[in-house]
Amino acid sequence: MPRQKIFSIILPALAGALFIAIWHFIRVSLSEDFRFLLPSPSEVIAAFSEQGDELWRATLNTTAGATLGFLSAVAISFTLSLLLSLSPLVRVTFYPYLMLLQMTPIIVFAPILVLWVGPGLKSVTIITFLICFFPLAVNTTQGLVSTDRNLVELFRLYRATKFQEILRLRIPAALPYFFTGLRIAATLAPIGALVGDYTAGSSAGDGGGLGFQTIIYSSQAKYPALFATAAACCALGFIFVAGVISLSWLMLHQWHDSYERADT
Amino acid sequence: MSSAVTNNPFTNSSTAVEFRSVEKRYGQGPVIIEDFSLSAARGDFIALIGPSGCGKSTLLKLVAGLSPLTRGELIFSETNPSNIINQAPNSNADSTYDDLAYVFQEPTLLPWLTVAQNVALPLDLRSVPSNQRSTLVRDTLALVGLTPRSEYYPRQLSGGQKMRVSIARALVLSPHILLLDEPFGALDEMTRDHLNEELLAIRERLRWTAFFVTHSVAEAVFLANRVIVMSANPGRLHREIRVDLPYPRTTATRRDPAYHRIVDEVSQLLRSVEELTTV
Repeated sequence: MPRQKIFSIILPALAGALFIAIWHFIRVSLSEDFRFLLPSPSEVIAAFSEQGDELWRATLNTTAGATLGFLSAVAISFTLSLLLSLSPLVRVTFYPYLMLLQMTPIIVFAPILVLWVGPGLKSVTIITFLICFFPLAVNTTQGLVSTDRNLVELFRLYRATKFQEILRLRIPAALPYFFTGLRIAATLAPIGALVGDYTAGSSAGDGGGLGFQTIIYSSQAKYPALFATAAACCALGFIFVAGVISLSWLMLHQWHDSYERADT
Repeated sequence: MSSAVTNNPFTNSSTAVEFRSVEKRYGQGPVIIEDFSLSAARGDFIALIGPSGCGKSTLLKLVAGLSPLTRGELIFSETNPSNIINQAPNSNADSTYDDLAYVFQEPTLLPWLTVAQNVALPLDLRSVPSNQRSTLVRDTLALVGLTPRSEYYPRQLSGGQKMRVSIARALVLSPHILLLDEPFGALDEMTRDHLNEELLAIRERLRWTAFFVTHSVAEAVFLANRVIVMSANPGRLHREIRVDLPYPRTTATRRDPAYHRIVDEVSQLLRSVEELTTV
């Protein structure tokens, strides 16, 4: 299939070139007075070098918030899911609230969080955590309680301990569900960190992240820099999602049906 | 009357399992199995056949201890200790391995483990030392003819091969009692016939007592020395047919007029039972 492979590189590249061409065309067709609204591709690239240090620092700060929030969400949601899956009573008691909290717009809490822990990395981490937490918890719990009944009986028949049942059966069986949640969380984490930084970021100490930078650039009317900020956020999101997709491939491709059957 | 599962020694030492007026119902639901009595001698191959809802599969679950009986007794011979229920794993040195294995309708394999790892699962759960484990897994895979597939994942196998892995997993602990719940029901006839012959060939070497649930009269008669025809609502033992065809049975057995006579007999019985049930 080398032919298809070539197409899969050439076609997206052509589409990208076409997109930039249209972008450029729209810009030159705008009257002189409105050109500032749509910076040209070259201006955006220039903004990267002009605001480079600032953007790099802001990206690192947002990455820190996104990563900390994401990882703590993974760890805590997994623990909670295990507890929920172990006891139907606990599940019945708390599951509705889990769903309810999923409906809650977390961003509403941002001002209160700022009062509680102060603006900056801590607030951003907590907001990212809250945004990532629910898709992870809901999917992982679902996975842990959806184990094939026959497999559970098989383990009972061989008198497996509860610990063996969880470690060797329920957790591996829940992995595909867990990765579904992880994928959703990975797309949410950079956005959560950005929005968190927008509402609870700070110039003090670490100097704020991409969200905070967005406020500054828009107040300074540095529109090319705004586009560069968006591009940086895109790159961050791409790294998160690509990381999770790779990890998921590593863990599942040999046995799970969501991946193409390996050659026999 | 109290219900119990005991492992009293039998006066007749050749008995493996005995059902004494066993009754089963779930909660306050209808009686699934009523007054079921049967004594299985060691080495018996017992086929259970009957209309759906006659409690064939439930009987296997009772023997496996996956479900408690509501009345009657289920007795295991002492040399065949049922450490399945209310008893710690056997301390006896030469019965390190379990005495009972179950083959489900579906292959019921762990998809994230290779064929060899799936077969090793019962050994893993029992913490059998790894040097012993690999020998047992190798021997058992050879027994079902899957040695070349040992590193495959279940999804790379055909339905028949998956079922073979499932059987290997059941045999790896050298069980005394083998419970098979319609294991070949989902397979095409050719594969089924082939696996039936293989199962009997393995039986020549390892003498377990088997309970085999099936919907196929031909399969029941081919495999078993005793065919139990059950009636439904509630499930009861309707009639037992002895199959006195000599083992080892092979493809030649399928051409034997005696075999066809017994198949006809069981088919007629089954038909009469089904009419009884629908009335």
